[in-house]
Amino acid sequence: MSIDESTAAKVAKLARIKVEEDALPALAQEFNAVLGFIEQLNEVDVDGVEPMVSVTPMRLKRRVDVVTDGDQQEKILSNAPDAREGFFAVPKVVE
Amino acid sequence: MTDLTKLTLAEARDKLRAGDVTSVELTETFLKAIDEADALNAFVHKTPEIALERAKAADARIAQGDAPDMCGLPIGIKDLFCTKGVASQAASGILEGFTPEYESTVSQKLEDSGAVMLGKLNMDEFAMGSSNETSVYGNAINPWRRGNDDAALTPGGSSGGSAAAVAADLCLAATGTDTGGSIRQPAAFTGITGIKPTYGRCSRWGVVAFASSLDQAGPMTKDVRDAAIMLEAICGHDEKDSTSVDLPVPNFEAMLTGDIRGKKIGIPKEYRMDGMPAEIEKLWSEGTEMLKAAGAEIVDISLPHTKYALPAYYVIAPAEASSNLARYDGVRYGHRATLAAGDGITEMYEKTRAEGFGHEVQRRVMVGTYVLSAGFYDAYYNRARRVRTLIKQDFENVFAQGIDAILTPATPSAAFGLGEMTDADPIQMYLNDVFTVTVNLAGLPGISVPTGVDSQGLPLGLQLIGRPWEEGDLLNTAYALEQAAGFVAKPGKWW
Repeated sequence: MSIDESTAAKVAKLARIKVEEDALPALAQEFNAVLGFIEQLNEVDVDGVEPMVSVTPMRLKRRVDVVTDGDQQEKILSNAPDAREGFFAVPKVVE
Repeated sequence: MTDLTKLTLAEARDKLRAGDVTSVELTETFLKAIDEADALNAFVHKTPEIALERAKAADARIAQGDAPDMCGLPIGIKDLFCTKGVASQAASGILEGFTPEYESTVSQKLEDSGAVMLGKLNMDEFAMGSSNETSVYGNAINPWRRGNDDAALTPGGSSGGSAAAVAADLCLAATGTDTGGSIRQPAAFTGITGIKPTYGRCSRWGVVAFASSLDQAGPMTKDVRDAAIMLEAICGHDEKDSTSVDLPVPNFEAMLTGDIRGKKIGIPKEYRMDGMPAEIEKLWSEGTEMLKAAGAEIVDISLPHTKYALPAYYVIAPAEASSNLARYDGVRYGHRATLAAGDGITEMYEKTRAEGFGHEVQRRVMVGTYVLSAGFYDAYYNRARRVRTLIKQDFENVFAQGIDAILTPATPSAAFGLGEMTDADPIQMYLNDVFTVTVNLAGLPGISVPTGVDSQGLPLGLQLIGRPWEEGDLLNTAYALEQAAGFVAKPGKWW
């Protein structure tokens, strides 16, 4: 499977990373190098093998469903590039 | 007078307790050493005020008696760990200006035990790299050089700053993290010891996430005893990390007897790669002989899926990274791109991530996005997870045969020159992790121990892989190897 420029552009869009038009051929080539390497996995017989979910077989711990944290609005907003009136501020989303 | 910077954690601990030195004296000595070593670019955020404040508190605690092992000991913290009120950028431009309001569990445990944080250490951006060349802070430099050649070498990666700092005696020890070899490879490149514990031993809470099913924190130290001391301080159950295991933490140092008589050490034939340098081959067989001479039984073993570990890793790790790094959106923390008139929220995301992420991070996020995208999820991601199951089974099979530990080379070469891999395709760089990545995929503990030098005088390391949760036994085997190898070489000070 070889990746062309339009696929590279689509992947960049899905990843929300702006890639300039003139950088697409090199990007597609890099993808192909990595994917070519990954293709080796097709040699492995994986019939009947379960995909790994957790490397350590253990049951997740449970706890009582109660509030354990909160009331940290100021701390949460302290690193925001743009915060106003207690909210994160972003460019207009809805016209 | 003893050069305080050359001490091990254990020696410094004993001197502090005996009253031969104070933590403030130790800390001031290291702060001076750090200021003189800017050429190594290991410490990227220095925290002298915090260090001296903690040193004073540690001295008071030691004076009262019953201080923990790490109390008063100056250490460095990899930039991947969130530290309250101190820049924590994961060496990325996208986290520029980020100062966490919280402390990672591992660094909190160190603080609670009285350890003194000297500052934050350089690394590859988001821990993605094997040479520390993807850092927004620039390259960290290996204190070791090839003979009289002054060409700058990589300290390895991703924990390159941690490795360089410990090797150059800028701190007694440092924290590292290891997703595919990021503790063990830089440890081998700089002649120090580094252990990646069993997945789940150390809490990942507050450690900037790269690939959550593979990431583990661990100590990078001057010797095996120090690794045991520091590991005990940082591991243990944490309810803030649902994958952290609730098991008692043993006194690892007390398990260092050096007695490995009757232990079965596996030598996996698949790690004998085509084109393996003769020096690595020699190092490996010498290490095998050392363990045999110490009374271990050497057993040839097979881990048949070894070859597929790297390709599986380069599906799973980017997939998890693409998901984890989706949080860097220019809204909640870090960098936001300057927008043009009319730009909406999508443009904000795209420009912010293009400006904030470096090239390697962008590539891995996009590869991850691709392997998880509709139509390819089964062919790539699910297949890689199945192969991962087989890799883990390989190890389970040999452990079921009674193997206690597995001996392999830590890296396929000694440290290479900075910039030497720039024009190579990314796969060449990925091959650095060929011996270490299997251990992350199987969730096992692995330790890198320096055992020799190459013809140019550069350090080389061997890796021991242990059974899950048996870090104590693994450290003891590593201790026996260390005793037999007697590695004492240090880099000459040129910085």
